[in-house]
Amino acid sequence: MESDYKVKLEVFEGPLDLLLYLIKKEEVDIYDIPIERITNQYMEYLSLMQLLNLEVAGEFLVMAATLMYIKSRMLLPADQQVTDTEAEEGEDPRWELIRQLVEYKKFKEAALQLGRREDEQANLFPRQSPETGIEAPKEVPLAEVSIFDLIAAFNEVLKKASAREDFREIYEERFTVSDKIEEILYSLRDRSQILFRELFQETATRSEVVVTFLALLELIRLKRLRVQQTEAFGEIHVVKVTT
Amino acid sequence: MTLELKKIVEAMLFAAERPLTTKEIRAIFAEATDEEQPGLTETFRNVREAQIAGALEELKVEYDTQQHSFQLVEIAGGWRLVSRAPYAPWLKKLLDEVRPHRLSQPSLETLAIIALRQPISRADIAAIRGVEVDGVIKTLLERDLITIVGRNDNIPGRPLLYGTTQRFLEHFGLRSLDDMPKAAELRLQAAALRTAEQTAEQKAATEAGHEGQTTAPAEKN
Repeated sequence: MESDYKVKLEVFEGPLDLLLYLIKKEEVDIYDIPIERITNQYMEYLSLMQLLNLEVAGEFLVMAATLMYIKSRMLLPADQQVTDTEAEEGEDPRWELIRQLVEYKKFKEAALQLGRREDEQANLFPRQSPETGIEAPKEVPLAEVSIFDLIAAFNEVLKKASAREDFREIYEERFTVSDKIEEILYSLRDRSQILFRELFQETATRSEVVVTFLALLELIRLKRLRVQQTEAFGEIHVVKVTT
Repeated sequence: MTLELKKIVEAMLFAAERPLTTKEIRAIFAEATDEEQPGLTETFRNVREAQIAGALEELKVEYDTQQHSFQLVEIAGGWRLVSRAPYAPWLKKLLDEVRPHRLSQPSLETLAIIALRQPISRADIAAIRGVEVDGVIKTLLERDLITIVGRNDNIPGRPLLYGTTQRFLEHFGLRSLDDMPKAAELRLQAAALRTAEQTAEQKAATEAGHEGQTTAPAEKN
């Protein structure tokens, strides 16, 4: 078996990528994957990656478990198979994986063609924009805001959010700070500043408001943003720090 | 001096830094005025889009037959002048190749998925690719190839939804999303699922030895 690895170890994007590679290498039909053979190959590849001290991402291990599961199900005689409640009776245990592989393969092909288009486009030059970035934004002198002003402003927003939540169904909402960080940076993509209150949507729930605020604090800590105001107790501006 | 519609359109394309649509060109004709010779701009006041499209087509043919070093291409819903490929070596030198680097394989895959399945959440992209896409999404947002188009309010956590931008079409020289490779095949999830399912079913049926099912449709590529 070891002699099979004359192939150079390619870098696989993910488990699906590796599986497609094995299917191609073994010249098997994607719609009729010999699950035992492919599983063994897959496992050998994983151990090879570990042997070479390549970090094996969690996704590869999840796929290994899935393959093992499918393999075990296929080993059972048909009359002893436990049918999943949602799955149709007698459904091929490989089906879900096959569907996923076929779809991914098509996107991979589309990506390949996009790459070719990109190469072609790299040789075609449109007219260039004249020097940009000359526009001098009219600067309002701003003073730094103290953390107390910031918390006060945050309190206002929070109160409004709480008022809206008197009678509401409770359901789980998961806003992550990193999500919000991205959102804030994105809204500052083509402008240098934004009003503090603009960061919070009218419909934002309490938890969303809190997470947005945490994201803002983190961005200030990372020195990506600064908060300023033109007058005491005035509107708070969130300003992008230019590096 | 009498001016030709075609020549005015050509001048606009020459000076423009982005693709121009026939609609935009028509609006320019409708609004432009020359204070010294009002009659001049007035002549073209009510130019129709079809006339502009005709002029563009004529220009395109003209550049092609006369083998100009530039060509007129349809991109991102509009028209723009670009140089022809053989002149790339000199233009690259001239412009010092300040263009951003080519996109990585993960970026291209993620873009293909977003382009064809938008609006789509991160989790759904990750499900198709089988790997996390956080880093890639960040890069694509920074390069203005994708944008946040909203949130999915129907599921908990209201995940952000992404879509492609005008810049995306320009980067790849695509006329529209229909111009995407594999567009018809991959655009609709439901349709894609259905065809894949049928193929698998037919395959299974064939193997089970059912008669009359022996001709499975060839996979379109």
